[in-house]
Formats: sequence, C-alpha cells, structure tokens
Amino acid sequence: MTVQLNKAEMQHAIAARVAQELEGPCIVNLGIGIPTLVAEYMTEDNIYLHTENGLLGVTDVDDEAIDPNLVNAGKLPVGEAVGASFFNSSDSFAMIRGGHVDVAILGALQVDETGVIANWAVPGKNIMGVGGAMDLLVGAKKVFVTMSHTSKDGSSKLLKECTYPITSTRQVDMIFTELAVFKVNAGQLKLVDLMPGATIEEVREKTEAAFTE
Amino acid sequence: MSKIQQDITQALKCIKSGDTVLVGGFGLVGAPLTLIDGLTERDVNELTIVSNNLGESGKGLGILLNQNKIKKGIGSYFTSNRDVGDKYQKGEIELELLPQGTLAESLRAGGAGLGGYYTTTGVGTDLAIGKEEREIDGINYILEKAIRADVALIRAHKADTLGNLVYYKTARNFNPLMATAAKIVIVEVDEIVEAGELNPEEVVTPFIYIDTIVKAQQVLTKEGVVAV
Repeated sequence: MTVQLNKAEMQHAIAARVAQELEGPCIVNLGIGIPTLVAEYMTEDNIYLHTENGLLGVTDVDDEAIDPNLVNAGKLPVGEAVGASFFNSSDSFAMIRGGHVDVAILGALQVDETGVIANWAVPGKNIMGVGGAMDLLVGAKKVFVTMSHTSKDGSSKLLKECTYPITSTRQVDMIFTELAVFKVNAGQLKLVDLMPGATIEEVREKTEAAFTE
Repeated sequence: MSKIQQDITQALKCIKSGDTVLVGGFGLVGAPLTLIDGLTERDVNELTIVSNNLGESGKGLGILLNQNKIKKGIGSYFTSNRDVGDKYQKGEIELELLPQGTLAESLRAGGAGLGGYYTTTGVGTDLAIGKEEREIDGINYILEKAIRADVALIRAHKADTLGNLVYYKTARNFNPLMATAAKIVIVEVDEIVEAGELNPEEVVTPFIYIDTIVKAQQVLTKEGVVAV
C-alpha cells in the first residue's frame, strides 16, 4: 500500500534524497522552493552554499539573529558561515558562468527525455522573471532538478518534449521527484532509485518521457 | 566642492524625464530607499529603470511604478511585484527581461567602456531571439550589449567625504556595478566618515565613480522600511 504524503512531506522527502548525492568538498547553489530545503539535510562537511545575490558560505539563522540585509536568493534571512565572503552580482555570476560552482539544485516546471528543462516561463502568461536560472544551467558543473512528478491535473512533468520555453539547451545531470530518481546519461534518462512507497508501475504510468530501468 | 548633499530633492535634480536610471538593490535589500522616495516626489516621467526588480507592491520602486513614471523596466525578476504584471498586461509599461548574470555583466561592461560581450547564458532560449549568435572555439555564445545610463541611484553602508564606499553584507549586490555605469552617480549611505577613516584595502567602490553622497533617511529593518 502506498503511503500518501502531504505536499510538505513530499518536498522534504525529495530534499533529503538530494542531500545524499552531495559529497564535500563542494560548492552548491540552491534555488528557490524544494532546493532551499536541501540545506536542512546536508550532513557532509565541507559543503559550502553559494547564493547568487552575493554570498559564499550561507548558513541558517536563528530568529533573534535575523539581519534584514543578509538574505539568500529567495530573499529569506540567512546567516554567514565561518569563512564566508560577500561579493557583487557580477562576481557572483562569474563564479556561476565560469564553472566554479560544483552543483546547482533547481526547481523545474518540465523536463524532457533528454534532460532539458523548462523552469522560467509559462506560455500565455506574462513572462515576468528569469533570475539566475539560465546562468546556473550553463555554468554549474552539475545540475540537479527537484520537482513534483506530476502537475496538479495529474499530467506528467517528465515529457517527451517540453511544451514550455526551455531554460537552456544544457541537459541536467539528475532529476529527483517524490516517486523516483533519474540520472541523465548521454541524453537519456535512467531510473536509478525509487522513492519510499513508490512502485515501478506507478513511475511508468506517471512518466511520459522514455527512460531505462 | 563637497559631494555631500543634505537636500534629497536637490541631489535628484539632475534626473530628467526620459532618462535611463540605474537603481541598486536585490528586492528591497540594498535598494536606495531614500533616493527612490525622493524620486517619487519629482515631476519626471517616461523613465527607463534598470534594476533587478521593480521593488515590491507599493514599496521602493513599486511606488514609482504606481505613479506611472516608468516607461520601461530592464531587469531579471519582476515577479516579486505583482503590479508590474498588471501594468504590462494593460500596455502601460515595456519590459526587457535579462538573465540576472547578464544584467550584472552588462552593467560591468557598460562601466568598463565595453560595447558588449559574448555569453553562453540564454543560448537556444527565447531570450536569445534577435541576438547575434557566434561560435568561439567550438562553443556557442550570444552577443549582449553593455548597459549605460544617465544616472545611477545606489546604496552603500559607509562613504568617506571623498566618496569611497564600503558595503554591508548582501546589500552590496548590483550597487558597485551601477556605480560605474552612469554619467551621474548618487549614493545614499548609513554613515559618512572623514577621508582617511576607511582602510584603503577595504574600499569596494573608489571615489572616482561617485558624484553625490546623501545620508539615508529610510532604512530596511526587520519590521520593514522605516524612517530614521
């Protein structure tokens, strides 16, 4: 019998699974949403978090220590780690585009069966924001994507082809949903793990994209 | 002549209708809230505002937006102010969306006297439409133009009387870049010290870029924006 998780539990389960893939020493950039939660589950030493608004060495912060001028890319209050540094936006994106960030963990609206993602615009709606997503996709050494496996109407978010505008032609490295973990090898998805409670039948049924098992 | 200006309205007198104005900040963090507030009092319109966001609804640049003084916004993330979408829908504002790293680098290039640069960011996406694509050593790039402006409104933590600047934590963001990329640069700071009091090793923005210094009268606190 499948255990039904609520949305928050599902997001935390995904974040915890992503954290298992992070090995220090490395520099990681966390996107908004599920990726932000990954920080709660990192157990390895020597993982430093980079945030594109200009801080290397992000930590969490206690309520009484909140500083309104110390935030992450999601504009949430954060703390500074031992060895932290501040820099301007151009330096921050030089780190990203220049290939100095080891892993970027991003949310996505859709992923295609070659590992190309769409996460910044929805057709028919105003295109209002792109932020650092395009830069992270071209520059990070590895890109991990976290998302719910299906959209609200139950349709698969792992598609043969993205119907939303793509964020980059670069293929991501791993995809994490509440049902499964995929690796992208040579433009093909490979199922590498089932999440607790998920069955291979359910993953097959809810995945439009071709994948190997 | 001293760069320090007590009168905010006087400091902003150089801004004319139709100007392109750079405004620092990542959301409200590091935004020159006093200068933005002063701009809302000025009778200017048709402004092109270059800023990562256009403030939040009714806050920061959001006020200027609601006064219909902004003709065009150039930024990376307008999503943080829902009013921008409404205005765009009604055809009351033009928007140019740039990846955040491209926005930053275009400002850096503008300040450094470059016409533009080639970047991999955005290649093959809708944001590359109409931009020159070029292969260099086997990698595809698009041409992005530099950004230069008439005026920059920025925020720093401390200035000395010459205009050397140091910043505070993540309130730095776009401010040092914008300081380099406009004909006239106005900075608001929490504190003004005598020349010689800042350690030269710690100066982030050298005074060469700065025209006018004002003391912040509005600051971002845990409780929101407050007057000081």
